[in-house]
Amino acid sequence: MPHLAARNLTKSFDGVRAVDQVSFAIPDGAFLALLGPSGCGKTTLLRMIAGLEDPDAGELLFDDVAVAGPRGSLPPEARRLGMVFQSYALWPHMTVRGNIEFGLKVQKLPAAERRRRIEEVLEVVGLSGHAARRPHELSGGQRQRVALARSLALRPRLILLDEPLANLDAHLRETMLAEFRRIHSMTGATFVFVTHDQEEAMAVATHVAVMNRGRLEQVGTPEDLYRRPQTESVARFIGRGRTLPVEVIGTQDGLCTVALAGGVLKVDGRAPPGPGWLCFHASDLAPAPPHGHFAGEVVNQIFQNGVYATELAPLGIEAETIGLALPDRLAPGTRIEVRLSGGWVIPREAAVSPAFAAVPPVRSPA
Amino acid sequence: MAAETARPRPAPPRPTPPRPRRAGRSGGGERALLLLVFAYVALTTLWPLAKLFAAALQPGEDGSPLGLMAEVLASRATARALWGTLATSGLSVMLSTVLGVGLAFAVGLIRLRGRTALVFLILTPLLIPSQTMALAWIELAGAHSPILGALGLAPAPGTANPLYSVSGIALVMGVEHMPLVFLATRAALRAVPADLVEAARVIGVPGPRIAAGIVLPLVAPSILAGALLAFTAAIGNFGVPALLGIPGRVSVLTTLIYQRLNGFGPSAAGQVAVLALVMAALAGLALALRGLALRRLAAPLPAGRPLEPTRSSPAGEVVLWLVVAMIAVVPLAALVMTALMPAVGVRFGWETASLAQFAAVIANAAVRRAFANSLLLALACAGIAVAVSVPFAYLVARRPGRLVRALDLAVEAPWVIPGTVVALGMILAFLPPLPGLGVSLYGTLAILLVAYLARFLPLVLRPVTAAAQTADPSLEEAARIVGAGLARRLAFVFLPGVLPAAVAGALLVVMTALNELTLSALLWSSGHETIGVMVFALQYEGNSTAAAAVAVLSTTLLFGLCALANAGARWLPERILPWRQ
Repeated sequence: MPHLAARNLTKSFDGVRAVDQVSFAIPDGAFLALLGPSGCGKTTLLRMIAGLEDPDAGELLFDDVAVAGPRGSLPPEARRLGMVFQSYALWPHMTVRGNIEFGLKVQKLPAAERRRRIEEVLEVVGLSGHAARRPHELSGGQRQRVALARSLALRPRLILLDEPLANLDAHLRETMLAEFRRIHSMTGATFVFVTHDQEEAMAVATHVAVMNRGRLEQVGTPEDLYRRPQTESVARFIGRGRTLPVEVIGTQDGLCTVALAGGVLKVDGRAPPGPGWLCFHASDLAPAPPHGHFAGEVVNQIFQNGVYATELAPLGIEAETIGLALPDRLAPGTRIEVRLSGGWVIPREAAVSPAFAAVPPVRSPA
Repeated sequence: MAAETARPRPAPPRPTPPRPRRAGRSGGGERALLLLVFAYVALTTLWPLAKLFAAALQPGEDGSPLGLMAEVLASRATARALWGTLATSGLSVMLSTVLGVGLAFAVGLIRLRGRTALVFLILTPLLIPSQTMALAWIELAGAHSPILGALGLAPAPGTANPLYSVSGIALVMGVEHMPLVFLATRAALRAVPADLVEAARVIGVPGPRIAAGIVLPLVAPSILAGALLAFTAAIGNFGVPALLGIPGRVSVLTTLIYQRLNGFGPSAAGQVAVLALVMAALAGLALALRGLALRRLAAPLPAGRPLEPTRSSPAGEVVLWLVVAMIAVVPLAALVMTALMPAVGVRFGWETASLAQFAAVIANAAVRRAFANSLLLALACAGIAVAVSVPFAYLVARRPGRLVRALDLAVEAPWVIPGTVVALGMILAFLPPLPGLGVSLYGTLAILLVAYLARFLPLVLRPVTAAAQTADPSLEEAARIVGAGLARRLAFVFLPGVLPAAVAGALLVVMTALNELTLSALLWSSGHETIGVMVFALQYEGNSTAAAAVAVLSTTLLFGLCALANAGARWLPERILPWRQ
């Protein structure tokens, strides 16, 4: 049974659609990352889930019960969820204990139970012994942990995280990512995590929702997004993917036959015959003398991490340059043959994504 | 869906979620809050001002539309008072501007010792109530002046005090409102980036040319704005023209309204409402021009290191202290010396000085009552203003709708228009018995409290709103997420954040309300005197030594409050106390 679902959620600010007809459903206990560039509407979507914004249209369901929709919406105080804010939003006039205890007092828990919960969550986030500190006496990482502890104390079944790592340095970020994963598996709660960093999203999430200009481009597992993107923009966004225009000739058993630069090759995909995009990553390319799938001319090379990162202009294909790693320095203009060892084909007019709730993501191979 | 990604868990029994209710974001609690704030503003501000307009715009005796207004505007007394107001205000603004700009440039450009003390002294004319200022100058310039007398410069006994004149009123008001220009100029000077001046210095422009050619044009719009503010204050000033103009037979609008109401009682309310409207129009015009000056004339300045005084000038420092002594210290000294005289006319000296006047006024039941009333009013006003400002600021900062914005603007009116206008609105609104209750507030302390509340609310609301607007809204959102309702969020999350600003605002209210005269002069009744009224009445009766003693006592109380605020300054938000920067 899906724990959290949205149907055509829409929200505009001053006539601009921040969130546009977003639909998705994720199961209980999932770790969903809302991924996209800044201004794509992911924080607005999160705030609608929290109840801090009301949708203009559409419905939001927790366990199949509408919490926001045409019949009104449940205020955040009644939604029983946890949230970690980008600024952490620790109440500066309260100690760490006071910050955690406030919500427990609101819920009228007895003192002994409150004390037990505070000890428990501080233990979980590794801050036992810091209960009497005030937020300004803590480091950034510690504040982050207090914010997390505060939302865990109420034992919500849904925890929202709004760019929680944005204000931390790179090292702390890795540590906190591991913490989030550990706490997620420990509590079994559903997590929704907003980020603009795909590596963060891929590292922690069971499901990633890619947003762009208020629309949901694709929801799927990290492997789905990497290997089987559904739109060109997802293909180019995830893992710095590349796309080449191809002509799909036939499709059978999940394999497409495509025409590329005068040659013909078979690639995974389900595009109908007609114009298509061949989606791949730099790691799918390798030089293949004397004959590969297509050829290109070296435009530029830089020496990086022990190899020559090479920019290649494909020959006979209307496309911008593509990148691949080569072991040798080559003069600009050198022609090399390239082989494609993976890839994924999608229809070319697939600019508008289908409603994702209706299209189950393809299961990743075991 | 990829349900396998979640561990299978036994489904815990789920509590049935509450039914969604309409409009979760602006809940019923916030609407109730808005309703309360609206009712408060309507009662204290909108209704009295509406009554004032209605009274001023009523038809004349012959029934002609706006007849009353035509009648009043055509009268000779109105013309005289209007001329008096414009003449005294115009002259006083010139003095305020020259003094304020000069002092601001000196303080901003010369390296000084004891800068905070100096700035505090420069601001004292504004901190000290105008009736006390007027009294101090009367004692300084009069025939019995303890200071001029000792120097042999006092006017001959029997001659009128030279300050009982248009220029005398302009002089005292000019000094009193100088800090408004000083503060505006000083703030503008601090916004001038140092590199603009350094660029001129590097190409060899001499200091005075830099001040006149670069700094002055940059701060000129702010000076103009400060001068227009001083003009508004001068139009609405009651204490100075009341103490200097009434004996000197100089009529201005504020004193004309006072005398009409005193002489003819509430039956004159319609007529004086027209005069009040004229004053409000003058003040409104000046404030509109001020807004224009700040918006249109001011050049946007790049951010940068502020201009710090770099050169010392011993001569300049001496002149500066002399000027400050003359405007702030000497008049107060004359006031204190007068209070120490055993009786009017006795020559001041160490052997004659006595505390007899103080003993006498403290023994006086009316004076004691006045102190008790003023303290009660000031504290109650501060407390209620805080209680109203906190939810009000919450609405302004977090749920700004059209109604909230309109209310936010409306509460500003009683503070910027002359106090006499506000007082008149109160009389018109609260003289008739309250509907339903059958009691009139007029003749009780309550009408004074309502008037003070209307006038002084912005002193608390402004800093609290500013604090609320800079605070992180996610602090309250985080409280909503853990289930805290509106009342709890206001009390435990919002209030702690704005408390320092509220305390600072409350201090300003107490300091201002304690010595209030303009409203009190029209609204007091026997048994409900205030300190300001007491000083005024004693001086009016000719008992100037007793008046001086009461004024000295209230000023001491005021300085005590300043010291208290100063001691607690590190817990208060920055830039709330005007003398600390």
